[in-house]
Amino acid sequence: MMHNLTIKQMSEKLRAGEFTSVQLTQHYLDRIDKFDAELNAYITVTPELAISMAEEADKRIAAGDAELLTGIPVAHKDIFCTDGVKTSCASKMLDNFIAPYDANVVTLLKKMGMPILGKTNMDEFAMGSSSESSYYGATKNPWDHKAVPGGSSGGAAAVIAAGLAPMATGTDTGGSIRQPASFCGITGIKPTYGAVSRFGIIAYASSFDQAGPMTRSAEDSAWMLNAMAGFDERDSTSLERETPDYTIELERSLKGLKIGVPAEYFGEGLDSEVSDVVKAAIAEIEALGAEVVEVHLPNKDLAVPSYYVLAPAEASANLSRFDGMRFGYRCEKPNDLEDLYKRSRSEGFGEEVKRRIMVGAYALSAGYYDAYYLKAQKLRRMVRDDFIKAFNECDVIMGPVAPTPAFNIGEKSDDQVSMYLSDLYTIPVNLAGLPALSVPAGFAQDRPVGLHIVGPYFSEAKLLNIGHQFQQVTDWHTKMPAQYQ
Amino acid sequence: MSLGKTEVEYISRLTQIEVQEDAVEGVAQKLSNILELFAQMEAADTQDILPMAHPLDAVQRLRADVVTEIDQHEKLQAIAPAAAEAHYLVPQVIE
Repeated sequence: MMHNLTIKQMSEKLRAGEFTSVQLTQHYLDRIDKFDAELNAYITVTPELAISMAEEADKRIAAGDAELLTGIPVAHKDIFCTDGVKTSCASKMLDNFIAPYDANVVTLLKKMGMPILGKTNMDEFAMGSSSESSYYGATKNPWDHKAVPGGSSGGAAAVIAAGLAPMATGTDTGGSIRQPASFCGITGIKPTYGAVSRFGIIAYASSFDQAGPMTRSAEDSAWMLNAMAGFDERDSTSLERETPDYTIELERSLKGLKIGVPAEYFGEGLDSEVSDVVKAAIAEIEALGAEVVEVHLPNKDLAVPSYYVLAPAEASANLSRFDGMRFGYRCEKPNDLEDLYKRSRSEGFGEEVKRRIMVGAYALSAGYYDAYYLKAQKLRRMVRDDFIKAFNECDVIMGPVAPTPAFNIGEKSDDQVSMYLSDLYTIPVNLAGLPALSVPAGFAQDRPVGLHIVGPYFSEAKLLNIGHQFQQVTDWHTKMPAQYQ
Repeated sequence: MSLGKTEVEYISRLTQIEVQEDAVEGVAQKLSNILELFAQMEAADTQDILPMAHPLDAVQRLRADVVTEIDQHEKLQAIAPAAAEAHYLVPQVIE
């Protein structure tokens, strides 16, 4: 079946004329039609756009003007502005928002000739770890419909896991690519902060937000990251450095690789089955010639409180643009200007978004700035410095992505703090701005578990090399839930 | 730290987010729970630690002082809740 092929195989078959991009795209559209009503992984499906882009891609392939990804369809998280297509960020606030321009990532993948299948579901404004806070309803985990797919890029992870897209874009502010990748048994990488342009990505917390690929395998992610990354002058924090070829190290041997394993990551709170899966995966990589050393990240517990001050503080500023004035939701019959602002925002935002804006504004308010925001920024440096010290002892750090496998829909939705704490392994990486990968490593309680591989700045090619080599000796990344095979 | 009605009303004004009278208590409770999480930061000794705003300690890049935006108000105002003659319409402000 076409949806079981790797990206490289798809590309070869497209060039060999075994099938066309229109056929491949239609295959995915048919699967979306068949399966998505239940999964709720897409907010918007764009069949006409997809087919017209596939027709263009077929012309390029026939003319010999194709890149490796030309003709391969993609699903964009509904946080990426897509010209002429509804871009809701899973919020009632933007339910009527037809983006008037493309995000840089969308532009780059359009230039590659990748047909757009649609826009995937997510937590409202990317604020969440379960995709339950979407205005359009929760997405289900393809492995178990009672479970969440993780979040915030839960729709993206679910469409890859169920074979409703071969590649998907995601964003990761506190773990939003890696945790859903872990929960859905797929591969996802958060690149170094600034490697992929934020232009046209609806902002949540700008000093953390980073986009990356979500795919079946590390090799697929490497190809996709090649297409997504690069300097963009329209993003003031885009890194001005030459974009490397992220596929170049894929085949390299892991002999001599030093894996740092932080003792703090295997303590209290970690599910014992998840712990066993992660340890077994590390042993598998050790058997490929790597060496395990113990490292320490003593300030890891400070990361969650620090993040939940800083990210909402940034959000409170970023989301002040939603005022019912220039785009998005406006309340009915406002009495005056203040009533318009207040009711548009109160009716347009969901509960968790309002909570984060309120807590962020409070942390920045007179009298509290030093105790909360400034303190959190200092802790951010301490968490970052822990990683820098640890990388003097090792090449990469490995551990769990999340303390448990996917939890049930509704299980944590009334307990924000418990939901926040479930990001304890992913958040420190965002505070430090480091790249990190999640690769499928096994199952716990019949739900997928990912291995978290964190590297120094700009080590994406190394991380993908490790992921790819691990996937040469394991088959977790090829597994699909029976009903979607 | 626990928040009360006064603080919730203050935050509501700061954020232009309405909190209905019967929801104040619930909002105060949930925000207080989050502030309890923040309190965990107090124990950390941060003397001599500089605050960190950017992971790579990068500084703001400046662009050349040239016009980059083109006039596309018709396209941009087509998605506005209320616009006319290149203006955004709001409720009357001045009597």
